Amino acid sequence: MSSVSTLSGTAEQERKVPVIKLGTFLLMLPLLLWLFLLIILPHVDLLMVSLREKLGYREYAFSFQNYIEFFTEPLYWNTFVRTAVMSIIATVITLVVGFPISYYIAKVLKGKKRSLLFMMCLIPFWVSELVRTFGWMILLRESGVISSFLQWAGVVDGPVEMLYNDASLMVGLVYTSMLFMVVPLVSVLDTLDDSLIEAGYDLGGNTFNILREIVIPHAMPGIASGCIVVFMLTLGNYLTPTLLGGKDGLWFTEQIYNQFITRFNWESGSAFGFLLLILSSAIVFVGLKLSRQTLADTVK
Amino acid sequence: MKSAKTTLSLKKAILGVTAIVGLAFSAQAQAEELRLLTWGGYAPDAVVEQFKAETGIDVKVTKSNNEEMIAKLRATGGGGFDLAQPSQDRIAGAQAENRIYKPMDLSKIDSSLFISSMLDATKTNTTYEGEVYGVPHIWGTSGLVLDTKKAGDVKDYADLCNEAHAGKVSYRLKRPTLIGFAFSMGMDPFEAYGDTAKYQEIMDKVEAKLISCKANVKTYWEGGDALLNLVRSGEVVAAMAWDTGGWKLNGDNPDVTFVAPASGALGWIDTFALPRKTENEEAAYKWINFVMRPEIAAQITAEAGNFTASKGADAFAEDKLKAQFQASFPEQDLNNIKWYPTVPAGLETIEGKVLDRVKAASSN
Repeated sequence: MSSVSTLSGTAEQERKVPVIKLGTFLLMLPLLLWLFLLIILPHVDLLMVSLREKLGYREYAFSFQNYIEFFTEPLYWNTFVRTAVMSIIATVITLVVGFPISYYIAKVLKGKKRSLLFMMCLIPFWVSELVRTFGWMILLRESGVISSFLQWAGVVDGPVEMLYNDASLMVGLVYTSMLFMVVPLVSVLDTLDDSLIEAGYDLGGNTFNILREIVIPHAMPGIASGCIVVFMLTLGNYLTPTLLGGKDGLWFTEQIYNQFITRFNWESGSAFGFLLLILSSAIVFVGLKLSRQTLADTVK
Repeated sequence: MKSAKTTLSLKKAILGVTAIVGLAFSAQAQAEELRLLTWGGYAPDAVVEQFKAETGIDVKVTKSNNEEMIAKLRATGGGGFDLAQPSQDRIAGAQAENRIYKPMDLSKIDSSLFISSMLDATKTNTTYEGEVYGVPHIWGTSGLVLDTKKAGDVKDYADLCNEAHAGKVSYRLKRPTLIGFAFSMGMDPFEAYGDTAKYQEIMDKVEAKLISCKANVKTYWEGGDALLNLVRSGEVVAAMAWDTGGWKLNGDNPDVTFVAPASGALGWIDTFALPRKTENEEAAYKWINFVMRPEIAAQITAEAGNFTASKGADAFAEDKLKAQFQASFPEQDLNNIKWYPTVPAGLETIEGKVLDRVKAASSN
């Protein structure tokens, strides 16, 4: 009896298991190849490199030395904490600035004006990040546009330097990642039915109540996905911190670049790369837990 | 039956793809080319065109710097390029560590085109296990670029830390800065190259100096153009930089020029070296013999601003550049140039840590 049921069970299972057709397979192939060749394979290699220690010319031994060094040398640890904290602050500022803009685009404006404003958010991203960053440098530098204007207006006596500090770095980071916050927010706010907001007012809610009880809960998946993208982009940014950060602006990616390129120390560079991956994933995980979102929700 | 059909169509598809890929490759291979890994200005368009007209070889130029050159060649095991131009002090160490270069066949190089003392010195410095890996191309120095009216009192690297110029100086956070500061503080880092403990001691002192000097620095410059902008706009009045940068600025503003520091300018020689997996060695030798001709070398000097190891190219050089050179290097300064000896392994780790700590230190 039991053997019969098992048999029929397997037969049923076989019928249920979707047979992957050749066409589907071929369609999936670019993605699979991309994932395997460009993501998984290099990471495996990176892991192997990070777990060896150089003894002499072309002589290596297995060791955790590179990871131990990260935790024992306060320099690297501090740089990482600084990068993570700055990235979180940048993400929060981007959200605070981006949310009203997205709400305005998605809910207040209609028709032509709406697409116009959306385009205006998009257009700066048609030029490369490097050009945008140089734009900020022209504006903020001591002999730059803003400094000259302030002197002309008589607000200040001498030239003011606004570049090469954490504030200018923050401005650059927020500006570079704004679009990646606005797009998911607009699309999620688009799906919010206006009548829900009207009903909220009818039931005696004020603006703050409605924002807290209706708009934000609805927009949460968009907020989460926007924040993840912005956080990851900021954390992994190399150009903006290097150009705008100046003499004190050490960024963790710069540290990795230094290990690989100027130090020829691929072993510790790989270890740093891995630590960046693990720690940033951990921060995103904690963020999702705190906001009670799941990763699956954010990609809906 | 069905499966046989799909296999067949898959086979066809694979064949098709292979054919397309094959076509793309063969189209690429038709024109002979030389993939050159070099510095900005070392292969001007005009020279590349003349070379193509004479030999029919296309030169594909990739601009880089010492560290990136080694990193790129290391990543491919010495492939991807047919000729590279690292500095002479960075060849033997990189070869010992990574085996990225191929010995030079000196019989294929016309040594009569070279200034013989420079050729011999480079050969000695780039010898590893009895084989020569490099011949000289372009040489120059790093020292001080000053606005002589506003920062005339800066005579040496250590003077960059004078409070009078707070917020108006700039230098790179790279190894030449460490070496330069060590010399200006009265130590000889080159002598300590073989003695790691002594070198560490020197670098510790330099680190303390650079950290205390940090408040004076406007920013650590990265690319040459960034520095030129800083000086041109007057935001920086004194900097540690290459001689050519100073001479370029001198053309726009006669107050600004390159000055050899009291402790001696640091002299470098960029070379020609063959990557281990070079695919067009013949073209590489042709290119070397071509650009070392005096009249071609003079064209490169005009573009890069630096003099070459080509014998007799001085006769073709612009008078202005020669005058600038003589103004920056009186006889005793020329003799005082400190040429970089070959970097032994291990020093770069010490230097890297120092640079990291300086960058991470707070500036107040």
